[in-house]
Amino acid sequence: MKEKHDRQKMPEQKPSERIKNFKEVPFGYTEELALNEASRCLECKKPMCVKGCPVNVPIPDFIKLVKEGKFAEAARKIKEANSLPAICGRVCPQEDQCEKLCVIGKMSKPVAIGALERFVADYEREKGDITIPKVSGKTGRKVAVVGSGPAGLTVAGELAKKGHEVTIFEALHKPGGVLVYGIPEFRLPKKIVESEIDYVKQLGVKIVTNAIIGKSATVSELLEGEFDAVFIGSGAGAPKFMNIPGENCVGVFSANEYLTRSNLMKAYRFPEYDTPIPRGGVVAVVGGGNVAMDSARTALRLGAEKVVILYRRSREEMPARIDEIHHAEEEGIEFHFLVNPIKFICDEHGKVQEVECIKMKLGEPDDSGRKRPVKIDNSEFSVKIDTVVIAIGNDPNPLIQKTTPGLEVNKWGNIVSGKESGKTSIERVYAGGDIVTGSATVIEAMGAGKIAAGAIHKFLMDEK
Amino acid sequence: MHRIISKKKIAEDIFRIVLEAPAVAAKRKAGQFVVLRPEETSERIPLTIFDSDEGKGTITIIVQVVGKTTRKIASLGEGESLLDVAGPLGNPTHVERKGNIAVVGGGVGTAVAYPVAKAFKEAGNDVIGIIGARTKDLIILEDEMKAITSELFITTDDGSYGRKGFVTDALKDIIEKNPIAEVLAVGPVPMMKAVCNLTKQHNIETMVSLNPIMVDGTGMCGACRVTVAGKTRFTCVDGPEFNGHEVDFDELTKRLKGYSDMEKHYIGHKGCNLENKV
Repeated sequence: MKEKHDRQKMPEQKPSERIKNFKEVPFGYTEELALNEASRCLECKKPMCVKGCPVNVPIPDFIKLVKEGKFAEAARKIKEANSLPAICGRVCPQEDQCEKLCVIGKMSKPVAIGALERFVADYEREKGDITIPKVSGKTGRKVAVVGSGPAGLTVAGELAKKGHEVTIFEALHKPGGVLVYGIPEFRLPKKIVESEIDYVKQLGVKIVTNAIIGKSATVSELLEGEFDAVFIGSGAGAPKFMNIPGENCVGVFSANEYLTRSNLMKAYRFPEYDTPIPRGGVVAVVGGGNVAMDSARTALRLGAEKVVILYRRSREEMPARIDEIHHAEEEGIEFHFLVNPIKFICDEHGKVQEVECIKMKLGEPDDSGRKRPVKIDNSEFSVKIDTVVIAIGNDPNPLIQKTTPGLEVNKWGNIVSGKESGKTSIERVYAGGDIVTGSATVIEAMGAGKIAAGAIHKFLMDEK
Repeated sequence: MHRIISKKKIAEDIFRIVLEAPAVAAKRKAGQFVVLRPEETSERIPLTIFDSDEGKGTITIIVQVVGKTTRKIASLGEGESLLDVAGPLGNPTHVERKGNIAVVGGGVGTAVAYPVAKAFKEAGNDVIGIIGARTKDLIILEDEMKAITSELFITTDDGSYGRKGFVTDALKDIIEKNPIAEVLAVGPVPMMKAVCNLTKQHNIETMVSLNPIMVDGTGMCGACRVTVAGKTRFTCVDGPEFNGHEVDFDELTKRLKGYSDMEKHYIGHKGCNLENKV
């Protein structure tokens, strides 16, 4: 069978242009491109793609609506399973999920499900055609959700649709969690996040910002108070450092700080916004995940002369999405594989000047299944740098665990919760997302949120 | 939104502001702080909660104008509002009955020292106070400190008020005359460092409250990291109070100046003459 169309590529900003701005890189499909791409879907009777989706979006159904030109209806079809399609269409690793299992992918390239999801969600929003589904009758039950990131928003949206009264408590001044403080504007425009959060609010969810659970109120107080159940989706909060000499030099940042300054505090618009961030010079980013790519590409847009990624394993082991690695390469970011910093050297003002690295080689596979990096003796070398961003992951923020007696955590401090229910060791308390799994993806957190929402709903209705 | 109930200028560029923050007022303990943002374009800045009134749902903060965001806060009048107040953050002071406590406040650091001194007083300790500043006009909260201390000493660098000299000169005399169980020192980094150098010689436990650069204030970013006893700690969640004898003050000084060429207002305190001495 000869396909009528090849996989349609989204038009995007040229690398030479986009490194000078914070605007989104891809422009998204036109209607014509979307129709061409949708025509490639075989509408399988037993769709594999849906199985690859952590929130089971009815993929062939929404693509069928695209084929019929019913774009807003297609968006609403997705929203039956996923309240945040414009976000997922942009940041989900579709290549490892739905698109990986697409039957067409076995013969040629899989259907661009993510690009289509993004197109219909944008269409609905831009046309101002967002409709709020009918919410089930009020149950009179109340649920507190801690954290307004992907997990929390999903739990909240799902439970609100079922008629429960949901309040989200967010520690920062803006809701969205990692979608707002972590992922940069050029990958996920904040007005899109705001619009999808608005949708969740219109479902009836109340969001309280500047509310730090563990400080302003504890989980126990929420349970003793007005809430029948609590979901903890507080994220992977605390940045990991390398614990090497010179790490507290001025100019060495955690990725959380660097990205929070730029994204949440809008330091990239300094001095219009008051929060500063260093610009220019040579920037070294340590790590090989999506957060490292985001940091490197942010540094470039902030005017860095040169940005280098220092990664201790090889290209094959990089956890970043292939698309993001490609984007970074196109933009001129230098990748240095099999190297690891061992020391930062600063001047008399404490300002970082140099990073001393050591070369690595790959040894036996470790627990993650990836080959373990091993130091090569006497291979030290130095690189002159002005700024360092450490993007090697996060540990769970201990605030809630410390203030919630009886809440079981594992040896890393992550909350232990049931895979099929999100239930924790405390009655009426559920958890999901990075606080349970450690750093993972937006969609995995949403998947966990959806599972927990199902379990919470069942609990609330059975108890009734 | 958090309405300003009252605002009073207490010294040049220093204001005492009472604002609505019922959730914070209900939970707050001595030693804790809030992170504030007066408007959408502002930075998030940490400020100690000077006092609170749970019944009225208000907190009191002391703001010194040092940069754009603090200037914005100071420009707001009674009836106007701050956009965000998050807290209470940080660990409360560990207060117990110990005997004689010396509390040292330098400049606007007195606003941080006061609530802790008050808590120690209420726990049955005898509190001896020292407040110091460059000059008379910058001495704040004298009456408040007088009310909770058995003795209050005042020093100014230029001798325009109280004793001419540094807080350490007064502290030295106090230590020689009284058995001191603990010292609490809050002020510019050089002052805290000088106090710690002195108390170390006398083996007196000394707590300091640190004011490094912060962003979120909840342990998420690590901007406020300090080295204490050779280990990296986050001031926002592990502090803000630490054993002063274990703090790497030189590193803290350098980190506080990290943005001085971009924005002067990151430095929590105005210039301190002790800096030239230590």
